Amino acid sequence: MATKNAQAKNKTIIKAEPGKQELFIIREFEAPRELVFKAYTDEKIYAQWLGPNGLETWFEVFEPVNGGKYKFVQKDKEGNQFSFHGVTHEVLQNERIIGTFEFDGLPEAGHVTLETTRFEALLGNRTRVTSQSIFQSVSDRDGMVQSGMEHGVVEGYERLDEILKTLK
Amino acid sequence: MRRDVFQAIADPNRRAILSLLARQRLTLNGVAEHFSISRPAVSKHIKILAECGLVYVHQQGRERYCEARPDKLNEVSDWVEQYRQLWEQRFDRLDALLQDIQKEEKKNGNKKRASKK
Repeated sequence: MATKNAQAKNKTIIKAEPGKQELFIIREFEAPRELVFKAYTDEKIYAQWLGPNGLETWFEVFEPVNGGKYKFVQKDKEGNQFSFHGVTHEVLQNERIIGTFEFDGLPEAGHVTLETTRFEALLGNRTRVTSQSIFQSVSDRDGMVQSGMEHGVVEGYERLDEILKTLK
Repeated sequence: MRRDVFQAIADPNRRAILSLLARQRLTLNGVAEHFSISRPAVSKHIKILAECGLVYVHQQGRERYCEARPDKLNEVSDWVEQYRQLWEQRFDRLDALLQDIQKEEKKNGNKKRASKK
């Protein structure tokens, strides 16, 4: 692979070993680290890519600083709202963000994950982002996608993909 | 039941039993011979694997045979695949945003340089 095809998409890698409470999401971006970090810490940019297209996503609280907190809400076409919140433990400029994450729509509160996102500068103004999520139990991790939230989000994407296709 | 599949393969002994059975059909004793853990322990692991549908145990004559049912394991990769797709779509949007911002920065940068001259 000599020159990188601009059209070639970077792969999203999920590492979830059986029986473990952690999960990794790894992805590279064709942008310098400062910019990718900004996309995670600038409220407007973050809200644009965080939620599914077409679903309205906004932050009610967004404090990307040590000891800060956040809450974001997603609203679907039917008016259903889903909210997510957590505290920001540490924001180390261009290096890493550590915080908690909880989906407010679970039948039982308190299923919190500890999330560490690291930003690594690569050659050629590229960036690797590695996110580690640590769940409270193996079944929390494995059950996550089964929750209404993830299903809702995936369905939302699929619906939206179709809408976008018709618009093109 | 998907969660049970994860529980089944969470144990290293059960993973070893599965990979052994994936290669060949064995009796309970045949499986136990491959492990240093006790026969009742092997039997317990196989029972859990059978309950999750990963192993099929059937009586043949005087012996009980164990067979792997690896299809069930696809549930595990489906789970990860679904999650991967979710993030991939999210990151695709981020890709587009990063591109837009960089284009914009380049444009503004050129303007600034041009206005300085």
